Amino acid sequence: MSELKLTRRHLLRGAGIAASSLTLAGCDQFDFLTDRDHAARDFLEGANQLTYQIQRLILGRDALAPEFSEAEVRQGQRANGSRNPTSSEYVALRNAGFAAYRLQVTGLVENPQSLSLAQLYNMPSRTQITRHDCVEGWSCIAKWTGVPLRLVLDEARLKPAARYLVFHCYDTLGSANSPYYESCDLIDARHPQTILAHSVNDEPLPVANGAPLRVRIERQLGYKMAKYIHTIEVVDDFTGFHGGHGGYWEDRGYEWYGGI
Amino acid sequence: MANQAATDPSAPEPSAPGKRGELVYRQSIWTRITHWVWVVCLFFLLLSGLQIFNAHPALYVGQESGFEYSNAILTMQAGMLDGERAGITTVFGRQYNTTGVFGLSDQHGRLTARGFPSWLTIPSVRDLSTGRVVHLAFAWVLVATLLVWLAASISNRHLWRDIVPKGRDFINFGDDVSKHLRLKFEHKREYNVLQRFSYAAVLIILLPVMIATGLAMSPGMDAAAPWLLDVFGGRQTARTIHFLTMVLLVLFFIVHILMIVAAGPINELRSIITGWYRADPESKPAGPAEGGADNE
Repeated sequence: MSELKLTRRHLLRGAGIAASSLTLAGCDQFDFLTDRDHAARDFLEGANQLTYQIQRLILGRDALAPEFSEAEVRQGQRANGSRNPTSSEYVALRNAGFAAYRLQVTGLVENPQSLSLAQLYNMPSRTQITRHDCVEGWSCIAKWTGVPLRLVLDEARLKPAARYLVFHCYDTLGSANSPYYESCDLIDARHPQTILAHSVNDEPLPVANGAPLRVRIERQLGYKMAKYIHTIEVVDDFTGFHGGHGGYWEDRGYEWYGGI
Repeated sequence: MANQAATDPSAPEPSAPGKRGELVYRQSIWTRITHWVWVVCLFFLLLSGLQIFNAHPALYVGQESGFEYSNAILTMQAGMLDGERAGITTVFGRQYNTTGVFGLSDQHGRLTARGFPSWLTIPSVRDLSTGRVVHLAFAWVLVATLLVWLAASISNRHLWRDIVPKGRDFINFGDDVSKHLRLKFEHKREYNVLQRFSYAAVLIILLPVMIATGLAMSPGMDAAAPWLLDVFGGRQTARTIHFLTMVLLVLFFIVHILMIVAAGPINELRSIITGWYRADPESKPAGPAEGGADNE
């Protein structure tokens, strides 16, 4: 019996040590995963590619994000990230009411575009009440109005090599003042709900929400929906831009596919 | 291997002094492998999930998060109480001082505003992107393992025979509760009534709800399957249910460990590692022939 008790005590002590090291593990044992070049992290990041492929498979091209009723717009659109870009170029534009603003569409296109806000306002528009999901976890419902991006792309006429759009923005983030940018594939670019929004909740886009123009990619998270866009560049590969991962947050460890 | 285990005399018998019961084959290879994969998965999912929660430590009811109105049922914030920095947890409008644990806690020697403390998150510092990378990778493993378990447990009848509670389990429920409260455990190949109910709750309800509420938070999945939002009452409610289900799984884990210790940890651990379980002498062992599809 005494032998048995000893065994049990040992086992319990062992279990206790195991349990406490498991909880302490949260402390720093797994902090190596924050290292973006670590092989284990690389492996885990592969799951995003799987999610992307599977979601593309079951979503189809045109499955719509849920839309909501007017009554469900209960508050202003929550602003996050850049709320007031300070570059002299942007400040000058803003002070002049964006009269001199031009959206450039460049890259792998037959017919590069340079569109004023007046031209964009005169194009057919789509209005949708959708839910904005921040990667942080919160959601906010708002009514967005803008030009379907595919109309702009049709005008620009994509070359056959085109695979992605890169959105270049006026705002910068972080202590190094890195420019914000984003990218998406052509399925999301041509999705019926993907619009270049110039209005939110029936008002012109406020500066905090990305004036004068932001993109809405309703089947992905908020960080994919670049604000303060000045250029849309059509490319076959986005790894040559900035950090090479296809977006400001992607360069800082976030997934390129933000559908989950 | 089965014969070796059956005649293995070395394992001590904690629960049957005197006459030893027979070794019975209790856990199929599928049950054992999926069990241990889940141990690893749920460990990483829990701690990375708390990291993700910390990016916005608040839970809401509804489609969205109220910023200009309140639909929050839980928040963990850093604030001031009696002139000092404090962690304040608010549950259904009621405030609690949770300094040191929730809202404000030590992070590498500095009091830091964070929902859950650093010893409960992967990684230890605030790092949403790493939390998501870990969480969304292990979520795939969890889903795959549950599908493997489901396929195996349907085909070897483990699900129907051992897990799903039957009429007699409802009748014997009170009796089994009283046995557990008196720490009187029977050791048989079959699970007892409370085991059936709790394993069924975890495997058939909690894990599927966890996966479904996780998917309901995905803006992509909401386009593919908008009914997910209707089932759970909106994305933010789904997020809240995801969190509450996590709490239930943690409670299950604690009770699960306590029961193993109380019922004889060596025998219980042997059965989930080797499959072989020493039954009480008086119980009639079911015998290896019914033990599972993997019997040689």
